[in-house]
Amino acid sequence: MHTKSAAPCTSLFVQSADADAQKVQIHFEGQPLNVPAGISVASALLMSGVRSFRSTPVSGASRAPYCMMGVCFECLVAIDGRPGRQSCLVAVKDGMVIQRQEGASELVIQRAED
Amino acid sequence: MQPLSPEPIQSILMSSNEIIVVGGGLVGAAIAYGAARCGRSVTLLDQADVAHRASRGNFGLVWLQSKGAGFARYARWSRDAVDHFGPLARELYERTGIDVDLQQNGGFWLGFSEKEMAERQALLADINAADGRTPFEMLDHNELKARLPAIGPSVVGGSWCALDGHVNPLKLLHALHAGLKLHGGRICNGVDVREVRSLGFDKGFVATGADGEKWAADKVVLAAGLNNDTLAPQLGMHAPVIANRGQVLITERLQKFLPYPTNKARQTAEGTVQLGFSVENVGRDDGTTVSAVEWIAKRAVATFPILGSAKLVRAWGALRVMTPDGSPIYQESEKTPGAFVATSHSGVSLAGSHAFEIGSWVAGVTAAPDGIEQFAGERFLDPNRKFSNAH
Repeated sequence: MHTKSAAPCTSLFVQSADADAQKVQIHFEGQPLNVPAGISVASALLMSGVRSFRSTPVSGASRAPYCMMGVCFECLVAIDGRPGRQSCLVAVKDGMVIQRQEGASELVIQRAED
Repeated sequence: MQPLSPEPIQSILMSSNEIIVVGGGLVGAAIAYGAARCGRSVTLLDQADVAHRASRGNFGLVWLQSKGAGFARYARWSRDAVDHFGPLARELYERTGIDVDLQQNGGFWLGFSEKEMAERQALLADINAADGRTPFEMLDHNELKARLPAIGPSVVGGSWCALDGHVNPLKLLHALHAGLKLHGGRICNGVDVREVRSLGFDKGFVATGADGEKWAADKVVLAAGLNNDTLAPQLGMHAPVIANRGQVLITERLQKFLPYPTNKARQTAEGTVQLGFSVENVGRDDGTTVSAVEWIAKRAVATFPILGSAKLVRAWGALRVMTPDGSPIYQESEKTPGAFVATSHSGVSLAGSHAFEIGSWVAGVTAAPDGIEQFAGERFLDPNRKFSNAH
């Protein structure tokens, strides 16, 4: 089901008021985001207002997290250069660099271990 | 056709040329589609999701090379089947709008030792010697790497057949079901057929479900996979099929790196890579095991080292419907003509022949395919023959 709305909506993920919560800084598509430590990348991006996490390999349509528990693979992003990570299963870390997952994952050639 | 009440079978007026197909997997669906496109009234009885459903767990290869060793008619049957596949896929697309993702421009078997390569060459040469219609080419590592750049150093070489390919087996099953319905056929799910019997010469057949529901028709086709073992003898036929488990792994969707299917990995149209496969005799257990998953993953990375960074998203086991010699059983019952059995573990590869040759034979529109008697299940009763199915 598609619901289209011209007006940007606020995130359903709202940070509970806790001024003392420890923060980390992550980067999404080059934008620095200050988010609470210890939460998942998916939660952090959603609470920061990110709408589109990836584009599908088949139709190119935009996707965002659906299940938030590691099943649906809708929340894929590239984290620190590794494509196709399930952002709902990865905890934020200070300095993390995150990019949208555009289409299918590129295979990263690993050097043969000698 | 509606289910009959349990009692008055004799009073049911059957229209002529009604056909029941027991089994809604790829074999049954292809035959049902083939008969329906000839104008027959077809009812496909499909078991529920408790069925083992090899059609939904298989590897999706449309494969010719290595089929028919020591069985020339099966080699020829397999070749005819791959020739039928393109026309079947086109027809299904035109009629149903479902694209089954057929890619049929060659495929590779990959070898890990010179011994394997020599055995392979002898096997393929033997098959092709019969009529020259199973062409192949043996390639050493460098020749193979030129066509399949992703192979790793431990791949010694491979065999190539330009007629091999692959398909999306789920879309194929979906398209056959949709095509059957377009031709007026009907599909009844949740029917667990336990008994089939003849109502007498030329009087048709009745199939009875586990809940007592009865279905009658002029002809009946048993395409019930592993259940053919118990159903075929009820109509005077012999179909000694056994379960053989294959486990497979599925990767995340990846950018295209495999231009052709291989017997160890294939990349689907959507980008996932299916990695195969184990060969296990474990009865009707279709589960997965850590040891098989580990073995498949290790071999996949040895074959294509680039997969070392790929993530796996699923693993499953499915049961091949295996005959003692690995070749299909097709037969019309001598004792009760009008009853047929069809069973094969190559429900994908052979779909074109099942639709266009078996389907029209069952419909009575074409004569039996020549030499079909060679596929009769009675071959397994010969005490002087030994059988091996390479599984």
